[in-house]
Amino acid sequence: MKSVLSFFSAFSAPQNTGYSFNLVGRVGLVIILFWMTVAVFGTWLAPYPPGEIVDWDYLGPVTSKFWLGTDYLGRDMFSRILLGARYTVGIALAAVVLACSLGIVLGMIAAVVGGWFDIILSRLLDAFNGIPSLLFGLVVVAGVGSSIPVLILTLTAIYMPGSYRFARALAVNVNTMDFITVARVRGESTPYLIVREIFPNILGPVLADMGLRFVFIVLVLSGLSFLGLGVQPPNADWGALVRENIEGLSFGAPAVVFPSIAIASLTISVNMFIDNLPKKIRDRSE
Amino acid sequence: MSKQSHVSVKDLHVGAETDSGRSVEIIKGVSFDVPPGEIVSLIGESGSGKTTIALSLMGHTRTGCFISGGEIRVGDNDVTSMGERRLSTFRGTEVAYVPQSAAASFNPSKRIMDQVIEITVIHKLMSRSDAETKAVELFRSLGLPNPETIGTRYPHQVSGGQLQRLSAAMALIGDPELIIFDEPTTALDVTTQIEVLRAFKSVMAEKRISGVYVSHDLAVVAQVADRIVVLRDGEVQEQGKVDQILYTPTHQYTKDLLAAFEPVPHAALEIPGDAEKDPLLEVHNLYAGYGPMKDGEPVAKILKDVSFTLKRGRNLGVIGESGSGKSTLARAVAGILRPYKGYALFHGEELGAGVQNRTKKQLQKSQIVFQLADTALNPSHSIQSILARPLAFYHEMRGAQKEKRVIELLDMVHLPSSIRHRLPGELSGGQKQRINLARALAAEPELILCDEITSALDTVVAAAILDLLKELQHDLNLSYLFISHDLSTVEAICDDVLVMLKGEVVEALPANEMSRKAKHPYSRLLISSIPQLDTGWLERVDADPVFAEQMANR
Repeated sequence: MKSVLSFFSAFSAPQNTGYSFNLVGRVGLVIILFWMTVAVFGTWLAPYPPGEIVDWDYLGPVTSKFWLGTDYLGRDMFSRILLGARYTVGIALAAVVLACSLGIVLGMIAAVVGGWFDIILSRLLDAFNGIPSLLFGLVVVAGVGSSIPVLILTLTAIYMPGSYRFARALAVNVNTMDFITVARVRGESTPYLIVREIFPNILGPVLADMGLRFVFIVLVLSGLSFLGLGVQPPNADWGALVRENIEGLSFGAPAVVFPSIAIASLTISVNMFIDNLPKKIRDRSE
Repeated sequence: MSKQSHVSVKDLHVGAETDSGRSVEIIKGVSFDVPPGEIVSLIGESGSGKTTIALSLMGHTRTGCFISGGEIRVGDNDVTSMGERRLSTFRGTEVAYVPQSAAASFNPSKRIMDQVIEITVIHKLMSRSDAETKAVELFRSLGLPNPETIGTRYPHQVSGGQLQRLSAAMALIGDPELIIFDEPTTALDVTTQIEVLRAFKSVMAEKRISGVYVSHDLAVVAQVADRIVVLRDGEVQEQGKVDQILYTPTHQYTKDLLAAFEPVPHAALEIPGDAEKDPLLEVHNLYAGYGPMKDGEPVAKILKDVSFTLKRGRNLGVIGESGSGKSTLARAVAGILRPYKGYALFHGEELGAGVQNRTKKQLQKSQIVFQLADTALNPSHSIQSILARPLAFYHEMRGAQKEKRVIELLDMVHLPSSIRHRLPGELSGGQKQRINLARALAAEPELILCDEITSALDTVVAAAILDLLKELQHDLNLSYLFISHDLSTVEAICDDVLVMLKGEVVEALPANEMSRKAKHPYSRLLISSIPQLDTGWLERVDADPVFAEQMANR
């Protein structure tokens, strides 16, 4: 997986020729890295335990004691957002990695193998794609209850077919190129064709798609939590934080503003980053 | 018209900016004139700037390029000083353009007539019915079949040669003073090329319009042009009357171009031992086609009853027009396409129908090289890993031994060893085709299937590849199955030739006596359609009654 390594080297040396990318992309990357750090180390940085009621005033303003105000029960918002990052970023990341790796692998296999395998798999996933995502989430959570693994698998199931479609469409194009024919005539196996000949040529667009899908997953997760189907109290992801404190919206309480800002900053920065990926990754196939 | 020259280009400079922001000069001070009613040809290899000059005559440059100096005058118009608004009225009415690929420049969803008269509509030149009458007249003078009704068809319903003539009609309808032909026959078969050239020539002579004809093919240019401008790297090497350029060239580069036309007779390789008794490849009654199978036969049947024998160290050429099944034959022999009837023997052992049915040894011993060098190389692999893969796959080479062999292979195809760290996108077309050959050689094959491998290359580069093939054959005792639509290429490298028509082999001939021994009318037609390097060839061919009859029967 040399290509994945080179992708990570972009983080360490953005100035490197060929892997350098512009300011907008770097700003996006910095914000993503910031939220990832928060997701990992957030609990140790939190000034108060996130579930504890620390103030008698509810939906309180920004003060030196409570940096981002207090929520509808008087809990410290700053601590709760730090903890929420772990749920939002963690669940979305796990779901996007699962959905995309499954979708990409199946998509490439379908493109290379073709025939009945391709037809049956494509129709099946198309049918699956027809189910509205929030509705599907509602039914699953109502059926088996809400827990973090269930949430991750539900989001994976919702976003896998799209990723499969995307990867298959790209791989079908690459599959018709002469260099694939040359490899076939050489007697290469299907796994070799998929990993060495096709994958490097669809990597750029697939990474961009993955970033986009991550954003969608964050939004659907927030939507599920907003409906009360996501992470269950007393824990809360950012979507749940918005829902809990929604009555504060009418008087602009920081408790509802800041989790919204957190969602927006993460999704926008991911977009900024993937739109400005280093040229070497983005235009590999050209 | 009393003007001394109709179109004049003086000291033209065209610059461009590269992706890295560096500016380069593409055209470095080109000057030439086009007298009224004459056709001037711009000739040169790809990258010589001929199309850039042709486009600048319309005041147009490709994205990223700009006219940085000089003066272009068409009639009374100073093209270089025109604004965008003036240019758009100028184009179509005073200068018109016939592109290389007519198929790509027609809108597939509109009827031909609507597209041909579009210029008159845009510039409000005449009423619709007048325009249609005029278009039909043009169709007639361009020798198109059914001139009254051809306009109601869609572009996919006419042939490539007809489409190319229709795009000339499109250019002519606005009565321009200058027509630019940008390699209009390069993508056509030789037999179709004749029809198109003849149509162009007669209509231009009839209407007394000046023309600029861009081409890389001297023989074609000799038929249509009055004057020739030889270009290289954005500079004029030599210009003069056609006869002067063809018969008394003064510049060395022109001499090289002409020399590339001299047929190089192919001398068969000396083979030790009893090669005659041991045929390398025997194909028996092969049938192949595409599409879903019905009753054991595919819906679209291409190859019908093809049989031939290729002896070790010999080369077999396959010629025919596009659609004659040449490439299908190569694909069937390589196992990419499963033949549904017939079989092939390799060293007397039966070859499996598909790739999966063949042994690794059989796959190793026959390799295939494709026409388009760039799509045959994975753009994300370095040259090193492209060449190393067959070494590891067939010969289990590892580490330093593998690297050493890669350098040897690069040396065999005359490329520097430093090139192995590059990506295919950083090589030229000729270099890419050499890498494709090196990859085939890495397997250490006995047979290489060459599918139009020189067709996408410039004359001079293609000649170098042919020399390389001969040299490799000599050193490695290879055999080639050489597929081409270009008879002179086949003549230069093959011992025997198969002529294919509609999926069948109509005649098998020895290559060096092709023109003398050909009996089948189709082979004769194909052979006499190759443009000759002399100005009277087109008239001579037309005067040949046998040829005229053949053309009429098509």
